[in-house]
Amino acid sequence: MSAAPEVSSDVVVRALGVTKIYGGTHALRGVDFEVRAGRVVALLGENGAGKSTLMKILAGVEQPTAGQLELYGRPASFDSPADALSQGVAIIHQELNLCPNLSVADNIFLGRERGRGGGFVDYSEQSELAHRLFERLEEPIDPGRLVEDLRLGQQQLVEIARALSEQTRVLIMDEPTSALSGSEVEVLFRVIRELTAQGVAIIYISHHLDECLEIADDAVVLRDGSVVAAASMADVDLSWIVQQMVGRDEGELYAPLAFDPGVPLLEIRDVVVADPENAGRLAVRDVSLTVHENEVVGLYGLMGAGRTELLEAVAGRNAVAAGDIRLDGASLVGKRISERIRAGVALVPEDRHRDGLVPALSVGRNLSLAALSRFLKGVFLDRRTEATAVQSAMSDVRVKAAGAHAEIGSLSGGNQQKVVVGKVLLTSPRVVVLDEPTRGIDVGAKADIFALMADQAKDGRGVLFATSEVEEVLHAADRIIVMSRGLVVGEFDPRTTTREELMAASGEALEGLTTNGGDPA
Amino acid sequence: MTTTAKDPVETGQGRSPQIPKRKRGVGEFLIDQRAFVALIVLVIIFGLLSDNFLDPSNLVTMTRHVAYNAILALGMLLVITTAGIDLSVGSTVGLSGVVAGTMLQGWGISLFDVTAYPAVWVVVIVSLAVGAAVGALNGLLVTRFNVAPFIATLGMMYVARGAALLISDGATFPRLQGDPELGNTGFSFLGTGRPLGIPTAIWIMGVFAIVIGLLMTRTRFGRWVYATGGNDRAADLAGVPVNKVRMRAYMISGLCAAMAGLIIASELTSAAPQTGQTFELNAIAAVVIGGASLAGGRGTVKGALIGAFVIGFLSDGLVMVGVSSFWQMVIKGLVIVLAVMLDRGQEKLKEARAAAAAAQSNQQEPAPSSSGTRST
Repeated sequence: MSAAPEVSSDVVVRALGVTKIYGGTHALRGVDFEVRAGRVVALLGENGAGKSTLMKILAGVEQPTAGQLELYGRPASFDSPADALSQGVAIIHQELNLCPNLSVADNIFLGRERGRGGGFVDYSEQSELAHRLFERLEEPIDPGRLVEDLRLGQQQLVEIARALSEQTRVLIMDEPTSALSGSEVEVLFRVIRELTAQGVAIIYISHHLDECLEIADDAVVLRDGSVVAAASMADVDLSWIVQQMVGRDEGELYAPLAFDPGVPLLEIRDVVVADPENAGRLAVRDVSLTVHENEVVGLYGLMGAGRTELLEAVAGRNAVAAGDIRLDGASLVGKRISERIRAGVALVPEDRHRDGLVPALSVGRNLSLAALSRFLKGVFLDRRTEATAVQSAMSDVRVKAAGAHAEIGSLSGGNQQKVVVGKVLLTSPRVVVLDEPTRGIDVGAKADIFALMADQAKDGRGVLFATSEVEEVLHAADRIIVMSRGLVVGEFDPRTTTREELMAASGEALEGLTTNGGDPA
Repeated sequence: MTTTAKDPVETGQGRSPQIPKRKRGVGEFLIDQRAFVALIVLVIIFGLLSDNFLDPSNLVTMTRHVAYNAILALGMLLVITTAGIDLSVGSTVGLSGVVAGTMLQGWGISLFDVTAYPAVWVVVIVSLAVGAAVGALNGLLVTRFNVAPFIATLGMMYVARGAALLISDGATFPRLQGDPELGNTGFSFLGTGRPLGIPTAIWIMGVFAIVIGLLMTRTRFGRWVYATGGNDRAADLAGVPVNKVRMRAYMISGLCAAMAGLIIASELTSAAPQTGQTFELNAIAAVVIGGASLAGGRGTVKGALIGAFVIGFLSDGLVMVGVSSFWQMVIKGLVIVLAVMLDRGQEKLKEARAAAAAAQSNQQEPAPSSSGTRST
């Protein structure tokens, strides 16, 4: 199944030997990639495979280190997103970039308002043009409505309309469904088919492989910055895609680990959590799971599966709408964060910059922040005990810093993450909860963090960590729980399961869609 | 299917070298201690330009002028470090003076048709409590009702000023020295007393500075203040009661403002409802000159004190060398802006340094494969 080279006449955009180097890292290595008019190409690959880098280059956000771009067979360069847009290549980013306080038409023409001259905006013309765009998409959205009054799916369509308001030839969609419900996905797919019928080429990126199988005409798989496979979607199935994404050595089992789970520590029972971002939606619909002593439980799932919301509910940042969370048999529901920390549950948050670190405080002060009560001597903090505890925490989690007085900003990502982990460990937790603990850190620090998690479990604590990387959950967990769209969809033993099984489980539970791919063994 | 060979991945095994400690140059010291340097420069300039600027008695007098702004600045420092602002302190100065004035003049309780003359210590405590109550209202608006600190305290600025005018009916309470027969003398001690030859106001400033200094550097609460202002989400997740911290910061600020109001009323032995107008701006300026960040998380008692001295000595010095009051305002404004510009410069310097250090400690970027290892 070679990538149909016979139809090259309708190639809109082509990348030839594109290489991108960040610092010393090859994000892309000589990638050839082409997009043909009227077709949807799914760009597939694990996190870090180079998908977003390639899209950024095609959309003018980044410039290639080497290689050439072609537009309709002629050499082209996209110096900026605006430049790419004017040449017909538009991108819709994963996060919505809309101003909720402005109307739909205002958002569509933001930055390139239709003028009457003299700085006055021709609102009636904008409204008329917006109206025609939605007619083209066959979606009746009133251009005069405020974006904040629209449902998320409609907001996504406004983004699409915005991308279409230039003479768009290529539309790049990066995880367009991550915030959509099943029926909204159906609408999006219908719009995509509309667009391809009009000759627009679509580059579709999604972790939901079954979506790709349904909507895409072609598949291109990236791994470690190289194109490892390209095929017509009609010729392939889900298991083929997964095999290409993870490499040849599938089926390999990991050394069984002798572990002896003790009594249940953390019990999550029928927990429901509202989506803090979107009122009226549930992020966690009904989840029960247990973390035992001496056990590392890995929570695997795609973005939007509800992992973060569940863990934040355990830590006390999100309220549970229903259900119970118990630690050592005592309910945590309704308790404040400080009370939960004292009881023995603390969270290493997903976004360390937003939720984990106080940049104005030194490394040492960040480490001790959650455990200050331990250092109280009367009304004052005993700075000597604090310094000793900080020193030992720094060596425990192997933070590499000039000292406890170093600025947080002077540390690498991996060391910053170790500070956040060390802060949680200083509270002497019974259960350590970590959300994507290895996001954006280097390989050495990853290994250190996994080692720390294993050590915690060996010392009798429970560890619950969430990840969207299948490798990680297989390497680091004693037991794997897969979540999808707010539900637990499976429980696996890392000694007997494969990456394919996990990836299929995490993407399979998508409602309202039928997969045309084969069921992987 | 076309399949290209996968390049072997160079894994970043080379661990970073220890980051060497940097030596600080003279220039860096001048930048870091710029508020203090500015104060020294001011003293030298005015010392040369004016014959009696450096007289001990003049220094004491000027320090007494500095005292009430310094006390305001100490409260403001707490609020600004939590990433808030308190515009109501000037009005609280007026309100607490008026409350003290009305009590010293006789507290009419119309229901029983009697007039009470509480002792001075009662007057002081009630006035301070009124200041703390204004702060509590600020805190309530900010924490419970999510009103932006600027707006909440702007509103309280008007409310407290209005309350002061209502209580006094717009008039000034004169002759607050009290009457020995009524047993309420001694109020003037706050403004005019001189224990050990140093004015009471300076003693109070010293005590407040030490207490708030200890609070900020040695207590859990102080650490919470910095964390709340530095990143309230992270602080919250670490179990810091961020709303309680903000509430207390505003209450302490209100209490400091009331203390300043008492000192001024005592000095003048009269209390006018208009007292303290625009004092909030001097307090903010002092805190900012002292290196605090309006974004929160940064600021020291030492800095705020030095800031108050810079502003006070600058004002008095310009008067002594005969600069017109119009030019005084221009110069004061320029000094404030210059201080903040230096602050930005220093922040940029720090960021550049941090970036360099981070690059150094992370020379080997992650290889694009997730090959975490399990260690058992």
